[in-house]
Amino acid sequence: MSTVDLASSTRRVRIEINERAVEAEVEPRLLLADFIRERAGLRGTHLGCEHGVCGACTVQLDGEPVRSCLMLAVQADGRSVRTVESLGRGGLHPLQRAFIECHGVQCGFCTPGILMSIEPLVQEGRTLTREEIRHALSGNLCRCTGYQGIIAAVELALSWAHT
Amino acid sequence: MKPAPFAYDAPRETAQVVELLAKYGDDAKVLAGGQSLIPLLNFRLARPDRLIDVTRVPALSNIEPRDGSLVIAAATRQATLERSALTAQGWPLLIEALRYVAHSQIRALGTVGGSVAHADPAAELPAAFMTLDARFHLRCARGARTVPAAEFFVSYFTTALEPDELLEEIEVPPLPGGTGYAFVEFARRHGDFALGGAAALITLDARGMCRHISLTLLGAETPWRSPQTEQVLVGNPPDEQNLVEAAHAAVQGFEPSGDIHGSTEYRIGLAETMALRALRRALDRAHTGGRPT
Repeated sequence: MSTVDLASSTRRVRIEINERAVEAEVEPRLLLADFIRERAGLRGTHLGCEHGVCGACTVQLDGEPVRSCLMLAVQADGRSVRTVESLGRGGLHPLQRAFIECHGVQCGFCTPGILMSIEPLVQEGRTLTREEIRHALSGNLCRCTGYQGIIAAVELALSWAHT
Repeated sequence: MKPAPFAYDAPRETAQVVELLAKYGDDAKVLAGGQSLIPLLNFRLARPDRLIDVTRVPALSNIEPRDGSLVIAAATRQATLERSALTAQGWPLLIEALRYVAHSQIRALGTVGGSVAHADPAAELPAAFMTLDARFHLRCARGARTVPAAEFFVSYFTTALEPDELLEEIEVPPLPGGTGYAFVEFARRHGDFALGGAAALITLDARGMCRHISLTLLGAETPWRSPQTEQVLVGNPPDEQNLVEAAHAAVQGFEPSGDIHGSTEYRIGLAETMALRALRRALDRAHTGGRPT
């Protein structure tokens, strides 16, 4: 256990992001989302509401989708994070292709959070009904598309995962 | 916005958490999953001088059976409880309640004890634990004590926890075999704060009469466990007329506060509907031996 006596004290954290270790001296109040954007320089993770409602900042922590605006960088010390930049390193990820094909993207602000929420389901090759897809998307807000293109894109990506 | 500065400790043992709480008391706040606290920090509605992160204490993340009861260490993640086979087998009401807690992305970090200690009037887990007659084990440097759910929830966002106390474990007693259960709630969008909801348990005797009834409504100052509902049903047949009467009895004295999302009158009406749906579903399951339907 170590005790920080000054509120402004910093501590050193090491977080693996997209299989690269990122080390930095941070204030305890720094959010994981800001660590990803400002310290790791990965701007694909977007910050919308900063209280966990919109889902734009969703990343994967040890494989599970979480809100990076509702976690401190110090809490992620020693853990593994995946952001949208990890997708499609050798060309577009099938999920990204499906979003393009089905017009699941307009302004694109919400898209990274949606991709990181849904990617584990595609990875597991899950079979989901349309209702289950809507449920899986319920933690991500989109203010442009009206969702129909997004639902169709997830449906298409899941169908590709089975062929 | 971003949080105001604070000092941060990440102890590895419960004893160290308790020592820190004894030292800093009101100036410190326990940080567990942070899914309610970090939004408050981000909007600077809370400005604690110090956070004590309890998620690195292995003993505080654990689910185990103990003398027939389910014991959940306070910093156990909601997602872990949701996937617990032990819980699904003996206390499926908790699993049904968890499905209504925000979204999977929130439950992946949010903790069981965090939701209990935060005591949001719209929260699902406090209502579920009240229905299940859970007992909360608290610890501080002065000693340990156990508080039943009925005495733990004091008011809006206020519990029996003293500033130097830690919620350590939640103990849920076993249910009689064949107990039917149900958790239902209504919100405008999935994952929103509930406008109304109810948790119910029904145990029938050999003649099909109600032996044990437990019904709790969420949305008021504290989880509202209705003694009237129990009086209406215990010893009587659970026919539709009695269920309707029991649901009506449940909202006698129930006082949710109205806001922009719904007036008090609306919320009382909704709560009665939720109570009836919960009782009907719990009864269906009691008829099928307490198994999910």
